[in-house]
Amino acid sequence: MSEVQCCGCNEISEEEMLKQLDNILDDYQNTTGALIPVLQIAQNMFGYLPEAALKKISVKLNKPFSEVAGVVGFYSFFSTEPRGKYLVRVCLGTACYVRGGKEVLNALKKELKIDVGQTTEDRVFSLDIGRCFGACGLAPVIMVNDDVHQRVKPVKIAELMDIYRNKENDNKKE
Amino acid sequence: MISVYINNIKVEVEEGTTILSAAQKAGIKIPTLCFVEGKTPQGACRVCVVQVEGAKTLVASCCTPAADNMKIFTNTKRVREARRNVVELLLSEHDGDCKTCDRNNDCELQELARELGINTISYQGEKTQKTIDNSTPALTRDSGKCIKCRRCVTVCNEVQSVGSLFPQGRGFDTTIGPAFSRDLDSVVCVQCGQCAAICPVGAITEKNDIDEVWAAIDNPEKFVVVQTAPAIRAALGECFGYEPGTLVTGKMVTALRQLGFDAVFDTNFTADLTIMEEGTELLMRLKKALVDKQKVALPQFTSCCPAWIKFAEHFYSDMLDNISSCKSPQQMFGSVAKTYYAKKIGKKVEDMVVVSIMPCTAKKFENQRWEMNDSGLRDVDYVLTTRELGRMIMQAGMDFKSLPDGKMDSPLGMSSGAADIFANTGGVMEAAIRTAYEIVTGKELPLDGLHVEPIMGLDGVKKASLKITGTLKEWSFLEGVELKVAVVHTLSNARKIIEAVKNGEVFHFIEVMSCPGGCISGGGQPRFTDNSIRLKRIQAIYKEDEGKKIRKSHENPEIKQIYKEFLGEPLSHKSHKLLHTKYTART
Ligand code: SF4
Ligand code: SF4
Ligand code: SF4
Ligand code: FES
Repeated sequence: MSEVQCCGCNEISEEEMLKQLDNILDDYQNTTGALIPVLQIAQNMFGYLPEAALKKISVKLNKPFSEVAGVVGFYSFFSTEPRGKYLVRVCLGTACYVRGGKEVLNALKKELKIDVGQTTEDRVFSLDIGRCFGACGLAPVIMVNDDVHQRVKPVKIAELMDIYRNKENDNKKE
Repeated sequence: MISVYINNIKVEVEEGTTILSAAQKAGIKIPTLCFVEGKTPQGACRVCVVQVEGAKTLVASCCTPAADNMKIFTNTKRVREARRNVVELLLSEHDGDCKTCDRNNDCELQELARELGINTISYQGEKTQKTIDNSTPALTRDSGKCIKCRRCVTVCNEVQSVGSLFPQGRGFDTTIGPAFSRDLDSVVCVQCGQCAAICPVGAITEKNDIDEVWAAIDNPEKFVVVQTAPAIRAALGECFGYEPGTLVTGKMVTALRQLGFDAVFDTNFTADLTIMEEGTELLMRLKKALVDKQKVALPQFTSCCPAWIKFAEHFYSDMLDNISSCKSPQQMFGSVAKTYYAKKIGKKVEDMVVVSIMPCTAKKFENQRWEMNDSGLRDVDYVLTTRELGRMIMQAGMDFKSLPDGKMDSPLGMSSGAADIFANTGGVMEAAIRTAYEIVTGKELPLDGLHVEPIMGLDGVKKASLKITGTLKEWSFLEGVELKVAVVHTLSNARKIIEAVKNGEVFHFIEVMSCPGGCISGGGQPRFTDNSIRLKRIQAIYKEDEGKKIRKSHENPEIKQIYKEFLGEPLSHKSHKLLHTKYTART
């Protein structure tokens, strides 16, 4: 699969990407079970799943739009909102939950001023919840993109987020 | 064959039979909610649980195959408590109020609660999010009442292959509906109402137009005319406790008159008119193809089902020329009532109100199509379903069962037996063949009871061919031609036959009805409808047909009269203006 840069930070327009998606869909048209893989590809291309892309997928794969939307809504992996550069996921599995995952989540909501499923206006952070990242011994756990942070304390959330804010600022300066 | 023991009663069934079907065979009732006859069980609701000897947990009977010597118990304390739990949980989320609900006394959830003896709800919790969707002409959806059984999803996707409805979201927040839980008008929906017919609760119903009709009746300035579709007479009785398949034609007429309609007419009359127009149209197409060697669109498809028309406009816009240009009988009635009849009785169009009683929700969409105003105003003002008529009769305080039989008014009230059978799958085709054969050969269709056997019954795709011999001179080009026809019901079967046509299979005429079994189980008919009820209603319809002296559309004297006095002949200029229409591709 070709690596297409994600969200906001790239130069190709959404229109261009829709054309690319068209070509990809041609290869999948007669494949059964193509819906989920195609949604994954599209999400990687656009950084999220814009409605225009979903409509295209529905037409080309000959699946009702309601079914496509239903599948997108079922898996938390898929998003129909543009996502921030850093996806912050808070584990609310049993272990994390009893050890304060909920408080961590609340602290994040406050710090980022967004709710679960939303993205900050500057598109740097998105917030989501997860069910067990397999690190129960180190609960509560959050993930920021692929980084795992363990034994997170609500009071330390601001500090943690600053690390990513600084990274982002450095990137911009370059 | 294997043997199973249900509550110690021995039952023999085929291998692979589910416990649920085995129990049905033994006459033992197991409640179900998500199960849809003839479709892959979902196992979603768990209302159908039973106890199986040796099994640790209770099993869902709708999706568990019976095994040889299995001992099954449907009525133990554990089973009763489990079922009660399931229903109590549903009730705790259900945001409905029985006394003001459309389904009061006709609701499967209410009935289950009663049957299971639920008198308190032990669970307190959040209610399902309530959103009312009135975005389409035919249906009202109320998400608060939805118990997420997904029957509508099965029907809309598997039976109709339309796919408007699908589960959206996850867990407690799941809603059953169009993409992103938006309104129904944001996706393709053909308004067939099969979702409303199968919904166990009041979450999908027809849009209620009763108040508008009462207002018209109560307005002394208005002359209110009513037409009743062929399928009503075989089902309306069910609203008043009659057995399915009881014909109540006479009582229905009296009830309508007592409700205050100024004239009581029959959509059957315009069904006969449809046959005259549509049959002639077919013969003309054949003539063009065989004699003039012109390129014409064949096969011709029937056009009386507005859900099928909308389906074709969305999914097969390349086939629109193949669909007969005839309006549906409902719409033909509207334009004829507001022109021919209005003139006869000296009424102005604006003083006349035309109400239809239909087995159908899609007709509520059809009468609002922009082109349906050839009389100068909207041809059909209001459409009520069979269920709505039942409710009006109840509101009027009539004792339906003791009403005397009445007779339809003239001149739009007489009909042939051919018109009756428009109500069921195969009927429009048979009616057309009865007339077309006689036009072409001058002789009566030489078939037993005038029935075309291969296209009767509930098979999804039916085919027949008929060799035409002994043609009259004018039609000699048809001599020896083998007329090939097909009949399909449900839109997934419509897809099948269209694909067959596209792949080169030859037909001359194809009948399509969207609802399983045809209009007799339309989206507006009394609930609940399964195949056994469909067959009973169909039987009643054939009985009505066979009981008539006149059984061919072209022999109906009122039809002869309207051609003589008003229309001229089939496909005349006037017919074209009033009785034919155009279709538009939709995305
Ligand atoms: S009316 Fe027919 S097409 Fe529309 S949602 Fe219901 S079942 Fe589907
Ligand atoms: S709308 Fe009715 S049929 Fe559809 S899932 Fe809800 S309760 Fe079941
Ligand atoms: S089959 Fe009959 S009831 Fe069903 S949508 Fe068509 S016209 Fe209406
Ligand atoms: S009817 Fe068997 S699980 Fe719903």
